[in-house]
Amino acid sequence: MTRPIKQHLEIPVADGAGERYSLRMGPQHPATHGVLRVDLELDGETIIECIPQVGYLHRGFEKLAENKTYAQALILTDRLDYIAAMANNVGYCVAVERLLGISVPLRAQYIRTIVGEMSRLCSHLLWLATHALDIGAMTVFLYCFREREILLDLFEELCGARLTFSYPRIGGVRQDVTSYFVDELQRFLDMFPSKIEEYETLIDTNRIWLKRTVGVGTLTGEEALALGLTGACLRGSGVDYDIRKHQPYDAYPLVDFEVPLGSDGDIYARYRCRMEEMHQSVRIIQQCIDQLPPGPIIGPDAPDLVMPNKVPARIEAGTNEYGTGLIKLIRDRNLYISGDVYVATEVPKGELGFYFISDGNNRPYRMHIRSPSFIHIGALAAIAKGELIADLIANIGSLDVVLGESDR
Amino acid sequence: MNILLTLVWLLILFAVVMLHVAYATYFERKIIGHMQVRLGPMRVGWHGLLQPIADGIKSFFKEDIIPENADKPTFLAAPIICLVAMMTSLAVLPFAKGWVLADIDIGLLFIFAMSSLASYGVVLAGWASNSKYSFLGGLRSMAQVISYEISMGLSLVGVMLMAGSLNLSEIVEAQGDSFLGMYLMPQCIGFFVFFISMLAETNRVPFDLPEAETELVSGYCTEYSGMRYAIFFMAEYIGMMVMASIATICFLGGWNGPFAVPFFPPLWFVLKVYLFMFLFIWIRATLPRYRYDQLMDLGWKLLIPLALVNIVLTACLKALIS
Repeated sequence: MTRPIKQHLEIPVADGAGERYSLRMGPQHPATHGVLRVDLELDGETIIECIPQVGYLHRGFEKLAENKTYAQALILTDRLDYIAAMANNVGYCVAVERLLGISVPLRAQYIRTIVGEMSRLCSHLLWLATHALDIGAMTVFLYCFREREILLDLFEELCGARLTFSYPRIGGVRQDVTSYFVDELQRFLDMFPSKIEEYETLIDTNRIWLKRTVGVGTLTGEEALALGLTGACLRGSGVDYDIRKHQPYDAYPLVDFEVPLGSDGDIYARYRCRMEEMHQSVRIIQQCIDQLPPGPIIGPDAPDLVMPNKVPARIEAGTNEYGTGLIKLIRDRNLYISGDVYVATEVPKGELGFYFISDGNNRPYRMHIRSPSFIHIGALAAIAKGELIADLIANIGSLDVVLGESDR
Repeated sequence: MNILLTLVWLLILFAVVMLHVAYATYFERKIIGHMQVRLGPMRVGWHGLLQPIADGIKSFFKEDIIPENADKPTFLAAPIICLVAMMTSLAVLPFAKGWVLADIDIGLLFIFAMSSLASYGVVLAGWASNSKYSFLGGLRSMAQVISYEISMGLSLVGVMLMAGSLNLSEIVEAQGDSFLGMYLMPQCIGFFVFFISMLAETNRVPFDLPEAETELVSGYCTEYSGMRYAIFFMAEYIGMMVMASIATICFLGGWNGPFAVPFFPPLWFVLKVYLFMFLFIWIRATLPRYRYDQLMDLGWKLLIPLALVNIVLTACLKALIS
């Protein structure tokens, strides 16, 4: 009789790497704002590796714009960062005007500055709302929406839309502001600073909020620059860079405002920068209203970018020949020059740049959008490493990303 | 006859508690609604008063989804464990003098035992769901309950020392001689520790980390739907009521009030419990959520030492007086 072979039990030894836990956070996740997916490697709740993935929207804006005339592509830009659509419109118009050498009347410049800053307020309010909600403060979320609603009503009064505006035009704006709009905006400006204080009372004096944000997600100025951050994310790290001051456009050189700067580069610094920016936006809009000059709202050298005669255009619309008004004229005119240009503007999330290569045609040969959200998502990997899952959520919120302009 | 009477009391208690749960959700939605400058439920019934009933019916008829790779028996049992553990605690709560189902001598210990059993339900739900978010939620809950159970238990040792009993009715009676007929002032440190611990024990904001919808997408109950999901929340609301009752009994003098009420003996008790319920809701509307390590820091580095200090102080005081 043979003796059975003694079986030795194999005891698995924890080797560290085998204990890691992978988690796919998003694209369906309440805190990944839209369709961001973050691939996480975790040790317990500590993030060992964080790889942000964008590309679930499949929008193809840049390619689409290359197949449209400059004026036609304008409506794509308000779908980029749909939270601050008007600011994107303005950025695109400024870029095309620089490329084609089109001048803008002063009144239109002021109006565009007003709507750009209103967009900043809209965007920052939504950012504050969702950022606070991510950290668990639900009341701030609803308070911010209360004020944002007023701004959306004002946008509706201005151009008839609440989200996809296309109100600025290449060479000016689509139509003039009404006195009702100006009065209501003034009422909003009188009331809004007290509301900012209300949010700050709820958040700034809260020990839990401070514990969740101070010293979390820290980036030095050098790191922020190396990662390509712009906007409040860069200024929170103490780098004084704001395109409105350094490469001014529209009415920004004519108004007085300050660029808020942080020093610690953490979530709290980014938060404070945006809160101060809201105060500055109120200041800018107030000055624009006070200084708003009379005059035309569209430049003389951009006549083909508006309807030459409204009556025939309407008649043609009924006969299914609407295109002879706006779009056909742009196609026919030969005012385009060859060359390339990169023009950036300061949208609420940072530097929004448009790079055009023109071959003299009425549409860009190549167009590239430098969107702040895409760059900021890239920075998430560096910020989140070594922190906890809860910090990742707070960091995503503090970077203020919109996926619409990330996946272009 | 006694068994029949107990059964009748049991049924009455069950019905009252179920109604309480239903209307605690309404209470919460309305209060938070008004704090957030909105109305809350308004559609079903006058000022939305029938909304909880509608929600209950809706939950009952919603599809019951069980993930394919879930551990089915455990997945099904988890919400029941939570509910049963929480409802069992109700048996020893004295709502008024003589208004108690089981007037046992170890009432306080019994409640601790039962409320810690409820965390088994949460942990098992997290594990059985076969979802990473749920698993993390379950683990969070386990660690949270262990640490806050300790501070909560220690915070009540002072009350036990002063009352000289673990019987909840006797604890209420013992408070008669204290300032305002409550242990709130002499046991202020204990009350502070207990209050924070009870928020954590019931997974309420700012300690709602096991569910944390923005981090773990509802954590341990991510995979639950319909009535099973509702059962977890029934357990949570009963838990709130139990914890509010213990706070009322141990620190606010239970059913005793500034004057006696002839028509409804538990009036003061109910009012005090709903004061705590209001605080639960107010805090939810005001505070953000702690991070996990901060929550553990608070529990182990602040609350437990404070509770120990309170025990030493109470013992010294008791020795001096006696």
